[in-house]
Amino acid sequence: MTSQVKSGSRAAKPGNSVLGRLSAISFMTPASIFIGVFLFIPAVWTLYLGFTNYKLTGITAAHPKIVGFANFQKALHDPQFISSFKLTLLYVLFSAILGQAILGFLLAWVLSTVKPRIRSMVELIVICAWIVPGSIVTFLWVAFLNYDNGTLNRLTGQHIFWLLHDPFLSIVVFNTWRGTAFSMLLFSAAITSIPKSHLEVARVAGATKMQQLRQIVLPSARSFIFTNLLLITLWTFNDFGPFLLTGGGPGGKTELLPIFVYNKALKYLDFSYGSAIAAIMLLMNLVLALIVIRAGRKNK
Amino acid sequence: MAILKRQKTKMIQEKTAVEKGFTGLFLALCVAFFALPLVWLFIAPWDGQPNYSIKWPSWTLTNFAEISKNPYAYKSLVNSAIFSAGSGIAVILVGAPASYVLSRVKFKGRDSFLYTLLLFSSIVTGSAAMVPLYLLALRLNILDTYQGVILILTGGLIPTAIFILKDFTDSLPRSYEESAQIFGASSFRILKDIVAPIIRPGLAVIFVWSFVQAWGNFLVPFILIRDINKQPGAVMMYSFYSDGGQPVIRQVAAFSLLYAIPVMGMYFYVNKKYGFRFYGGIKG
Repeated sequence: MTSQVKSGSRAAKPGNSVLGRLSAISFMTPASIFIGVFLFIPAVWTLYLGFTNYKLTGITAAHPKIVGFANFQKALHDPQFISSFKLTLLYVLFSAILGQAILGFLLAWVLSTVKPRIRSMVELIVICAWIVPGSIVTFLWVAFLNYDNGTLNRLTGQHIFWLLHDPFLSIVVFNTWRGTAFSMLLFSAAITSIPKSHLEVARVAGATKMQQLRQIVLPSARSFIFTNLLLITLWTFNDFGPFLLTGGGPGGKTELLPIFVYNKALKYLDFSYGSAIAAIMLLMNLVLALIVIRAGRKNK
Repeated sequence: MAILKRQKTKMIQEKTAVEKGFTGLFLALCVAFFALPLVWLFIAPWDGQPNYSIKWPSWTLTNFAEISKNPYAYKSLVNSAIFSAGSGIAVILVGAPASYVLSRVKFKGRDSFLYTLLLFSSIVTGSAAMVPLYLLALRLNILDTYQGVILILTGGLIPTAIFILKDFTDSLPRSYEESAQIFGASSFRILKDIVAPIIRPGLAVIFVWSFVQAWGNFLVPFILIRDINKQPGAVMMYSFYSDGGQPVIRQVAAFSLLYAIPVMGMYFYVNKKYGFRFYGGIKG
């Protein structure tokens, strides 16, 4: 109560928030506790486990010891980790940036020029793919790619075990299908926010579609583009979705880092090695985010 | 001069005809790409003998009766609802006040703080921190409980919720709050009578977003819940297997539809009422 009275008099200056310092702090407290307990502690714990030899089985289960950088050194010489690492970067490049972001942008751009009825119908279908729960989506794609009578083989008249024959391509297409809606919605918002008159002036002046895109749409959508790239890069880098489809197989060809961690830590119960990889992933996330944020500031 | 003008308009018209063709082709391909894998979800549940193909169904309800042979199936949807509603409410209660402060009070390092949060959340909610989260739940004595799953899901959802909600609040003018202040309204009244009503669409969007995320989450309940009576639909999807280890497609198909409908309905309701919009972006 006192904080409110105080803040009332404190916030009399225009331009200041209506909140006083105390109520601002009390508003932040629950979120800070949640973040501290359920995000910060697990992250630090992960880092700590990465420096130990903690396993669920064997002698070290009872008395884990600090082993320094041993797990990290092991990772750098582990061909499985290296290939999983490369695979994850390719997965982000192809399915998030080239897949979701570009297809999402094209859809938003094209849909801004068609009749509202067609627009909302197409949007509905794209969004469906995004909001159907992951467990269902797995079965939908198992059915779609099925060897005997899956829709894809029937339509193309082929007989291919897609998940065995082209596992990486399959999960890239799968993730593009799954996540494009987010980019489409974000870019739709960006295109809507451009004043109509700007595009009209350009059209009258004889600018081609390409020129309109490059000179008007892309610069005004700048902040949306970087928000989008930041979020989808992080989400895709940590995406566990393909696990339900392929389990990381065949032969590790779809073993992305999150799946690699899962297999090491929760399947083979090598907690310390799994945690070290997780710590490396956290670092990689940081690097990726910094790249996107710096690019966003530079291109201003 | 007149001829030139006519030629020019003609050129523009020709271009739009070609463009129309490309637009139509592009949209048709997109619709095929996004719709084809979804068709099975809406067709297979009604077929007496469904397999992985898409075929005209025989329109029967027997698959839905078949599900109840699994005593935990319907219960799991109730569990999903508990996890999702619990997480949605918690995200709003905890995230909304924080995002309001972050939007209205400027302090040093605010943006870096937000980015750091996003980073942590994206990794901790992945498989990476599952071991510590499991150990944490064990220590806090919330393993195998509803509240355990809700708390951990909420922790993972809060950063993105704050990020989106702050963006939303930034787009609202401060002038209402400021004029109320000039008239001497207390902070509490301003929040209750002015701020709450105008950010309600943002809250509804975030609630549904959190609900949908929690509804679909597989990993957290998979790791934290042992008691099959408390498993949500996401995990239950993988329990419709025959003794031979093959999925029983009749049950999977019918259960998928029941499990998908609540979140789809909710999403489209809120979308129609408030619209899932995004505001701004990175301002750095």
